[in-house]
Amino acid sequence: MISNLIKRKIFTLLKVQYSNMLEYRVEIALWAISGIIPFFMLNIWTNNNLNEYINISNVMLSRYFLCAFFVRQFSVVWVVFSFEEDSLMGKVSPYLIQPLNPFFRYFAQHLAEQLTRFPFALLIATFFFIFNPESIWIPNFGVLLLSVISTFLSFLIQFLIQSIVACLCFWTEKASSIERLLFIPTLFLSGLLAPVVSFPEYVKSWIYLTPFPYLIDFPANLLSGNATNISRGFSMQILWILLLFPLFKKIWSNGTKKYTAMGS
Amino acid sequence: MYKNIIEVRDLSKSFEISSKEPGLKGTIKHFFRRQTKSLKVIKNVSFEIKEGEIVGFLGANGAGKTTILKMLCGLIYPSEGSVLVSGHLPYRRKENFLKKITLIMGQKQQLIWDLPPIESFYLNASIYDLDKKEAKKRIKKLSEMLEIDSELFIPVRKLSLGQRMKSELLAALIHEPNILFLDEPTLGLDINAQRNLRKFLQKYNKETNATICLTSHYMKDITSLCKRVICVHEGSISYDGKLDLLLKKLSPVKEIIIVCRSEEDANKLENTSFNVKNKTKNEITILVENNSITSSLKSILNNFDIEDLYINEPPIDEIIGKILVKKDYDI
Repeated sequence: MISNLIKRKIFTLLKVQYSNMLEYRVEIALWAISGIIPFFMLNIWTNNNLNEYINISNVMLSRYFLCAFFVRQFSVVWVVFSFEEDSLMGKVSPYLIQPLNPFFRYFAQHLAEQLTRFPFALLIATFFFIFNPESIWIPNFGVLLLSVISTFLSFLIQFLIQSIVACLCFWTEKASSIERLLFIPTLFLSGLLAPVVSFPEYVKSWIYLTPFPYLIDFPANLLSGNATNISRGFSMQILWILLLFPLFKKIWSNGTKKYTAMGS
Repeated sequence: MYKNIIEVRDLSKSFEISSKEPGLKGTIKHFFRRQTKSLKVIKNVSFEIKEGEIVGFLGANGAGKTTILKMLCGLIYPSEGSVLVSGHLPYRRKENFLKKITLIMGQKQQLIWDLPPIESFYLNASIYDLDKKEAKKRIKKLSEMLEIDSELFIPVRKLSLGQRMKSELLAALIHEPNILFLDEPTLGLDINAQRNLRKFLQKYNKETNATICLTSHYMKDITSLCKRVICVHEGSISYDGKLDLLLKKLSPVKEIIIVCRSEEDANKLENTSFNVKNKTKNEITILVENNSITSSLKSILNNFDIEDLYINEPPIDEIIGKILVKKDYDI
């Protein structure tokens, strides 16, 4: 049953959403460019020699921020905004009476968008290497595979967190404002602005209990070859998914009972 | 004998509505202390619908007909009472139930805006577990019935409203549901598109014996499709029965316009026992009860020199309009 779901429904959804995303290629290219914040952070770090404090070489730091850029490109989630709009405008109504949870549509939309982003992200990375030739490296296949898996898990965690927040639309109508609150810890604790290793020890011990460092810091360290605890990283990613998924299902089930089909 | 496919007992629905007083004071008060009240929009409605029936839900804006449809298809939970549709509790949204129904809302669309409708059709086909061969067959059949073969490969955003609505119908019917919930399906369509859609629905009902629950503000939709209507007034059912019977009861008289050969005859006719509505020279309009039309005509034709004669059916919109504004209309 699950294989049938993946084979037929998800594959067709992905195919259709990919065709749809290709219609927005220019917009997606701009979104890809807008994700270059790690490169600005790299500039701040290297210009101020901040890497010396955390004992990371310039090259390794460059690779870290490039990988952070890549991980971010393939784990960015906006489901709360799409669902909020669809829910408030009543667009979600036809999807609710189809034998497929509407969140699969959003899930496929995200994956299709990531596929569309891929060439643009590669192009940006090429430019990065042209200006930083010393940073060029080729990760081995095993590391690459683990990094792709951890990036996908990071995407899953973020998708679940946002989906839970999105379901709050059934109660608050403006759930995206809650997501904005989550954006602050995501920005500071995920490793997008600074590797988590740069935080003071007592702060780090707390941060590693939250899902945030496993969103960017862990996959980026893994891909760039920086020191990281692989087993802890994967265990925590899986643990957070296992915690968030039933929570999402519960909130979804309770939320749909509150649905009023506004705007339709 | 057809069995009941929809059974509704004492169904009610309440919504929590927040209210705000006007002005700055009201806004500040609303900011600190939200006042909400429970509004019962559907009040203990009960009815049954048989398999293959086409039932029209009539009511003014906000009467509650769309809310009833939403509860029937499982989109919203009922507050009280029970609903059974094809043996299922709709609000549980079980896969078996969802595969039997469809909901079409005239003002909402499920087609992917930037892609040709064919992409949405194949997507829906996979959602409803149809294999590609079967999906292709059904798309061909439905597109021929709906006459939209040439529009299948044009992006939805480039289609006219009528073409889009037909495509919506195709997307919603690809899994061949046997219960259709249609909420104002002809909204915004031109007269020809409305007629074509009605023809299609009649054909679909005839070929598949599908049950159709329909709301529409266009009386032509109701009169040409529905033998039975359920009138909803402020959340309650004010009439449930045959449309013909409703029209007869609401409009027990017909207008007869008689053109006499001479003004003298017209004057004579005016002085008889007929209920005269108006008179101009040799033309006179009388109101005659439905059950005495034949005898009245016989009497007029035998006793007066008549040049021409018309029988006017009262405008159906006007008659139905009466029931939409008054709950306890004498029916």
